[in-house]
Amino acid sequence: MALLEVNNLKISFHTRNGEVKAVDDVSFSVDSGETLAIVGESGSGKSVTCYSLLDLLPKPPAVLEGGTANFDGEDLLACSKDRMRQFRGNHIAIIFQDPMTSLNPFLTIGEQLIEPLIYHPEKSQRLKRDAARSEAIDLLAEVGIINPQARFENYPHEFSGGMRQRVMIAMALINKPRLLICDEPTTALDVTIQAQILKLIKALQKTRDVAVIFISHDLGVVAGIADKVLVMCEGKTQESNSTQHVFYNSTSDYTHKLLAAIPSGVKTSKNYAQDGEPLVEVKQVKTYFKDFSSKDKSAIKAVDNVSLSIQKGEVLGLVGESGSGKSTLGRSILQLAPLIAGSIHYAGNKISALKASDFLPYRRKLQMIFQDPYASLNPRMTVYETLAEPLLYHGIANKKTVAKQVQQLMDDVGLARSGVLKYPHEFSGGQRQRIAIGRAITTQPEFLIADEPVSALDVTIQAQILELILNLVEQRNLTMLFISHDLSVVRYISDRVAVMHRGKLVEEGNTEQLWAEPKMNYTKALLKAIPLTNPTREKGFMNT
Amino acid sequence: MTDSLKKSEQRSSLWSDAWVKLRKNRLALLGLIVLITLCIISLLTPLIAPYSYEEQDLMLGATPPSFAHWLGTDIFGRDMLTRIMYGGRVSLMVGFIATAVALVIGILWGSIAGFFGGRVDALMMRIVDIMYALPFMIFIVLLMVVFGRNILLLFIAIGAVEWLTMARIVRSQVMALRQQEFIEAAYSMGLSKWTIIRRHIIPNTLGPVIVYTTLTIPSVMLLEAFLSFLGLGIQPPQSSWGLLINYGVETMEEYPWLLIFPGITLSVTLFALNFLGDGLRDALDPRTSKD
Repeated sequence: MALLEVNNLKISFHTRNGEVKAVDDVSFSVDSGETLAIVGESGSGKSVTCYSLLDLLPKPPAVLEGGTANFDGEDLLACSKDRMRQFRGNHIAIIFQDPMTSLNPFLTIGEQLIEPLIYHPEKSQRLKRDAARSEAIDLLAEVGIINPQARFENYPHEFSGGMRQRVMIAMALINKPRLLICDEPTTALDVTIQAQILKLIKALQKTRDVAVIFISHDLGVVAGIADKVLVMCEGKTQESNSTQHVFYNSTSDYTHKLLAAIPSGVKTSKNYAQDGEPLVEVKQVKTYFKDFSSKDKSAIKAVDNVSLSIQKGEVLGLVGESGSGKSTLGRSILQLAPLIAGSIHYAGNKISALKASDFLPYRRKLQMIFQDPYASLNPRMTVYETLAEPLLYHGIANKKTVAKQVQQLMDDVGLARSGVLKYPHEFSGGQRQRIAIGRAITTQPEFLIADEPVSALDVTIQAQILELILNLVEQRNLTMLFISHDLSVVRYISDRVAVMHRGKLVEEGNTEQLWAEPKMNYTKALLKAIPLTNPTREKGFMNT
Repeated sequence: MTDSLKKSEQRSSLWSDAWVKLRKNRLALLGLIVLITLCIISLLTPLIAPYSYEEQDLMLGATPPSFAHWLGTDIFGRDMLTRIMYGGRVSLMVGFIATAVALVIGILWGSIAGFFGGRVDALMMRIVDIMYALPFMIFIVLLMVVFGRNILLLFIAIGAVEWLTMARIVRSQVMALRQQEFIEAAYSMGLSKWTIIRRHIIPNTLGPVIVYTTLTIPSVMLLEAFLSFLGLGIQPPQSSWGLLINYGVETMEEYPWLLIFPGITLSVTLFALNFLGDGLRDALDPRTSKD
């Protein structure tokens, strides 16, 4: 018998708008030393499934409608609150997505690590502080924290994202659980860090012989780590099989759709780059920020002496990990972040260091699509107001023609015209991003900066939005700077790629050339870390 | 399709949608009706009050409610209903005008400080800190000495003190908002700073502002009573709800109706304000449904 066997799990949410079936008749099992990946897009019920095992769902609105979850012969769904506390403390641990918010910022990580040891629910098992400390330090070393003795005394903000996730893993392992639930543990991390964390989880699983449930929206991420894959969509099981089977011999349409939506391979649309004078030229730009939090008040060199040029009609992909300065560069071009040195030229004219009023005509020509479709729209303005504002402000439309133009925009970005009177929260993430794209093209720009426009979206939605962006670029002869941390996306959309690392431009070249023969070590590492939907390759990578 | 977008619908905006939602919220609507009724009564008081507010009947003295005097009389034999009606004129006026002064200054000051940040913010907020530190009483007394006793001055003085907290609340809201991407998007659209503040920032600070406003109005009314009690506010025989309550407390044991009736009036007003405020806050949040 497997360590955990879930049978016919049914959970629904009772909301004001009626009953929503979050999990509908889902069954799976996972044994010690085995990894089960639960994959699905947002709203598929993958997290709800796992949270229900630990009784972490808010009740109401969640209602358990039926099913069993036998953990070592005991039903988790039917046990008492006290028994559940014992399960949580001793047998089942969970790692959450965001390592920033899952640690208490007011306690040292050491204090948080030893907490479950010195306040163990059973008094007989409580450890003395010294014993707990040495155990915690051993564990920190095991999860790859360098100099654990000293780091024990540090606060969460003194760790980087990847290190913080390592601390989270240590916290999860401190009571030697037999089942580890990982809820998108690498989604908030950079691709090279993600590869490290995945390797770590895999290695720890082997040495400790735990069962792992790995929740992810990304089939590429689970390819290397999972033995079995459960694909979920809207609460229902789409497919449940071995990893090899799911990736190579899948019979489920939905799995096919998910796999097809992951951008892979080369750019299929034409390269419209024109020869001659570049449209946008970035010359030795430096953008620094003052760092008031650190002890030496020296500036953070967000963008350090970067030069770039973009031909008319070209799509330039700008790649880098978080903190590489890629977004700051984009914002500097639009004068949303001040330059320290260098200059920016547009169609031969110097546009940096212009007064706001002189820059106004360029505002129409240079537009930006932002990353987070939930934050980039004013929640108190209807779509109509959002789209009409720049039209009226720049005098592109007058009061009579504006309604028509707004409707035209809705058509252009593939939204129903009837949606114009709704507020942003009434739309899904993908639809919101369409609105944001619509706003960016209201002023008929020539140059578009897309700052991670798809990184907050599900993979099938991501494919649609990329398609929309490519279509708009083609129809409107746009030139684009496409900023992203996702190399597969960049490869799919860009003619040329520039790689940034710690504020500096590392490498630049035609997309396929760069992929085939990366010159710099950093680029090589970056390309190697991309998770592919290829379990055989990924498993090999895990063992390196 | 073009026809379905009629002119009236195009104006669908925060405020018109808010009105639609407010009309569906019974408690808020009740609050609004009560407040409007109170305001109308106050405006018409000289015409509809049963007695003149100066009319004394020392022989009568304090009597409990009767047919001639529905809410009884005070120790000078003055009709309580009349007193409460005239008191309402002062109290409501102080409440609304002083709060409006506080609102306007507070929102503008707070949003400018929060929006521009840096030195502008530091300077503006230090001014607020200094004003906080200034003893309120000395400030009022100084104003009275310089400008003389004037009811309008009272409104302005109270408003000038109450805006400080409002400015702080708005500033913290704006500082959080300033980081949001939609503000950057508005920048990249080329909108001017003032347009961004007016259209994108202030509407998004309304929730906490409305709640704080509904708390400010009653506290302003009580502040006026306190000042009047010290002889710095309005003068007898004029009165206000706060003053009536103050006198009522003194004679609570012998003539309880002198406390009960003004107390009830003030409480009803506060309830109405709170219901309306909560309703407004919900109505101005598009995330609450229209149904």
